[in-house]
This record gives sequence, C-alpha cells and structure tokens, in this order.
Amino acid sequence: MPTRAPRRRRNLAPVVFVAPFLLLFLLTFALPIGYAVYQSVMDVEHTGALGLGGSRTVFVALSNYSDALSDHAFVRSIGRVLLFAAVQVPVMVALSAGLALLLDSASARGVRFFRAAFFLPYGVPGVIASILWGFLYVPGVSPLVDGMRHLGVSVDLLGGDTVLWSIANIVTWEFAGYNVLVLVAQLRTIPSELYEAARIDGASAWMTVRHVKLPLLRPALILTTVFTIIGTLQLFAEPLVLKPVSSSIDSAYTPNLSAYNEAFTNDNYHLAAAEAVLLALAAFVLSFGFLRLINKRGGDA
Amino acid sequence: MSLQTPARTVPQRGETPASDDGTTPRGGITGVTTRSRILVTGMLVAAAGYFLLPVYWLVVASTKSTGDLFGSFGLWFSHPRFLSNLHQVVTYDHAIYLRWAANSILYAGVGAGVATLLAAMCGYALAKFSFAGRDTIFNVVLGGVLIPATALALPMYLLFSEAGLANTYWAVLLPSFVSPFGVYLCRIYAAASIPDELLEAARIDGAGEIRIFTVVALRIMTPALVTIFLFQFVGIWNNYFLPLVMLSDSKLYPITLGLTSWQSFADRQPQLYQMTVGGAFVSVVPLMIAMVALQRFWRSGLTEGSVKG
Repeated sequence: MPTRAPRRRRNLAPVVFVAPFLLLFLLTFALPIGYAVYQSVMDVEHTGALGLGGSRTVFVALSNYSDALSDHAFVRSIGRVLLFAAVQVPVMVALSAGLALLLDSASARGVRFFRAAFFLPYGVPGVIASILWGFLYVPGVSPLVDGMRHLGVSVDLLGGDTVLWSIANIVTWEFAGYNVLVLVAQLRTIPSELYEAARIDGASAWMTVRHVKLPLLRPALILTTVFTIIGTLQLFAEPLVLKPVSSSIDSAYTPNLSAYNEAFTNDNYHLAAAEAVLLALAAFVLSFGFLRLINKRGGDA
Repeated sequence: MSLQTPARTVPQRGETPASDDGTTPRGGITGVTTRSRILVTGMLVAAAGYFLLPVYWLVVASTKSTGDLFGSFGLWFSHPRFLSNLHQVVTYDHAIYLRWAANSILYAGVGAGVATLLAAMCGYALAKFSFAGRDTIFNVVLGGVLIPATALALPMYLLFSEAGLANTYWAVLLPSFVSPFGVYLCRIYAAASIPDELLEAARIDGAGEIRIFTVVALRIMTPALVTIFLFQFVGIWNNYFLPLVMLSDSKLYPITLGLTSWQSFADRQPQLYQMTVGGAFVSVVPLMIAMVALQRFWRSGLTEGSVKG
C-alpha cells in the first residue's frame, strides 16, 4: 500500500504547520482577553474590622463596568479620543490620499525622493516622535513657537484647547507617509488600459481622479481608515511623553492612560481590566460599524 | 477583485526608476502644463518640508551642548560637538545605551524572524490544505487584527507575572512572535502564487511535506515574507506599551523605554535632555536609512493586503 503512508502524512501536515502559530495566538490573544473579562467581573473584598482581616476575590458582575462608566475622567477620556478620531482620521486619510494622487499624477517629478521623505517618520517610534515634537512645541526651545512670537503671534501649542491637536499632528506625522505608500501601491495596480479608455473618452485629469482613481482606491482607503480608528483609540505614548510639558494632560487623558494608571499606580487591576475590555469593545464596534456603513453604501460610490 | 500572480511583486511597469521620476507619465492624460507641474511640485515640496522638519531639527540638536539646546536657534548649528555628545550617550551609566540598542535589535530581529516563519507556516497550510476548522481559524485570526494591542498588554502582564515570565526577555518576545496580519497576508499570497500542480509534482517525486514547504513554498513566498518581516520588525522596534508594562529591570529595556526613562529624569539632571536627543538621533538614523533602502519591499506585499479590504 504505497499511497497510504503519504496520505496520512498529508493529513497531519496542516496540523504541524498551524499548531505553533495557533498555540502562541491562544496564549497572547485569546487567553488575555478571556482573563481580562474574568478579572473585570471580579473584585477584591476586604474582610474583618476596617478591612484588616484579609482579602478575597469575589464575583461582582458588572460593577467594575458601572464604576468605570460613572467615572467622569474615564468617560471624558473616551469622548476625547472619539473627538480626536473624528477629526484626525479623516484629515490624515485625506492628506494621504491627496499626496498619493499628487505622486501618481503626470506632473510629479522626483517621485522617489518625495515618497521616501514622506515615509521616513514611520521608522521613528511614537515616543521618540513625541520627544522631538515636544521640543518643537515648548516655548523657549521651539524655533516654531519663538519664530511666531517674533512675528507678533503668540501660540500655546500645549494648552487645554490645543494640546489634543498637537498630539493629532504627531500621529499624522508618524503615519501619513505609510498610508501614502499603501495608496500609491494601490494606484500602481490600476491597468494602463483604464487610463487609455478615459483619455479616449476625453476625460480631464480631474475627472480621471474622481471617476477612475478614487473608486479604485476605495479598498485601500477603507483598510487605512479601519486601522487608523483602532490605532487612535489606543492613544498612549504621545500624551504620556507630553505630560511633563503640558499641564492640560492628566493621568486619565486617554482610556489607555487611565487603564494603565489604574493598574500600576492605583493597583486596581479589576477596574483596569474593565477599562481594557471597554476599549477593545469600542474598537470592535467602531471598526465593524464603519465597515458595515461602507458596505451598505457600497453600490453607489 | 482577483489576485494576481507573484510576478507583480517584482518591480513592474511603472515602478522602474525611470518612470518613478515621472518621465513616463502614469495616468498621463494629455497636456501636462508647466503651471500644473509647478503647482504639483510646490505642494510636494511643502509636504516634504513638513515631514522632514523634525528630522532636520534632530540632526541639528544632536550636535549641540545642553546649553545651546535651550539657548540657541533650534534650526541652525551652534558650536557643533556631535562626537563628544555621541561619546557621552554611549558611555553614560556603564554604556547602558548600547545594552538598550542590543535589546531592541534582539526583540525586533528575533521577534520578527520567528513571527514571519510561524505566519508563513500557518498561512501556507490555510491556503493549500483543506482540513476541518480551517475557515474558523482564519476568521478568528483575522479578528485578532482588529484587537487593540494595548488592551491585550495589561491582562497579558497579569498572566505572565503568575507564570514568572514578567520582567524577562520572553515577556516581550512571546507576544512579538504572533502576527495575525502576517498569517492573513501569507494565506492570500500562497493561495495566489503557489500552483497546486507544483506541490502535487513534488509529492509524486516523494518529497515530504516539510521539505516541500521549505524548498518550494518558502521560496515562492519570499516577497511576502520580506514585507511581513519588515512590518513586524518596525512594529516591535517602535512598540512602547508592551515593554513598559512588562519590564521593570532597566537592563532589559529597549531603546524606546530607555530614552523615556532618561527624559523623565531630565528635570533633575539637565544633561539628560541632550542625551535623550543624542540617543534618539543614534537610534533613528540607521532605521530610517534601512527603511528608505528597503522601500521596494514595503510596497510589494502591501497591495495584496488591501485587495480584499
């Protein structure tokens, strides 16, 4: 029976190939999520007089969630990242699409140089980007702020009204070039025949952008938007680095900062777990919601 | 939209250097006027200025003394002393900076290497074998792409502390080995580029499955693997939250964590301002050079990932 042995081997082969990844995936994705959900419905209860008799962990159902959602600072931090996302995501996606279309246009020169220049910041870690921009925001050090003052314009880039947008600038600076690269790659997959056809139909450059390029960019734009939404909700390093130079940033400035401080400053892992679960849920709801919205309107775009 | 053959990942029409410089207009509708050329170039120059400004500031700042960092115009040189700054950065505190750099290279290099191999194995199996639970596995992994990594880090820290893994190299390495995006890309790429007939032929020749994978599949999937490696490398290199949560021993820090620890002490020890800047410069430059040099590979796998978007 010469065919039997190889067939058996083939049935085992996919298991061997999939198992190592799947085991680590379970360990670093499924297990932490399960553990976070478990922690979030438990709490430490102190027993005895004045709570000195010791402590035990008890089931508290959703009380950590109601604690988190009745904490004004945490709720404000959610509102803050949502506002941030509502502004920064469209701005960055539009900027990236605009730059990609410029790079792809017939009038562009030195495309390789510009693409590289736009892409460079992607290689700069968020914390280091924040340190750099921090120096460019602080009055007395920043050539930008001081230069403006010489022109008679005083700007406070770290104040209560402005610091969120200063952070948005850092995030846009970091990731716009990467998105440009994705979108340019997508534009390059458009077959020349389409352009040929558009030209024969007498389409102007603008009409080609509107009716040929933008519709074909759609899948890449959707993907970019979803990843940007998820990234935005996780905002952490930038406000943490700017905190020492801006009094407007507190320890619950973003949901992630809040969860981090609950866990490591206040030792309240259960509340932190509830906040982490809420964050993951929000990311899921928003990204799926966006995808559904897009698919519903799919036909007419 | 159908997927194309791997041929498109080699530089294709419109990606050769000549046309990259715009000599062969893409999307070239007739009549590129001088005015539109000036307009487009002007906007591109303005954008490049924006993206390069902080980098330029960093180059200038890395040559300054602590005093000049705060006392001189930020966008021009003043008493350049780059080498002595560099010396200070790498020798301070028993050369801890070099240790951080080595750690970053270890985390990102080993992490990305293992992640790429595991993703290749899994993606290949999902694309080329039919077995029970295949679609479930793929969908679950795909869902993993949408989970914020920082929401995972806190519970993972608690789990790892109980297992005695927190504050070790493994605490950063193990999560770095997992790239759901890599599995996604590998599955799509393998499905589109590895012909079933080739695998059948190898089987008829008596090759084992592992040998077929290493000799045939890995070779064909190389462009996608390079892309995954680069993504994962930069992702781990830039990661801050995970090592921040996991590590307390500064000897295990990657550069990102090390530099912020310097920065947080700087109000007491002003020389650390200059060293934070110098350390940032040293860490950023090699990575930026590598990124620009490897640009071609970034592009190659990207469109595959978005086709199904």
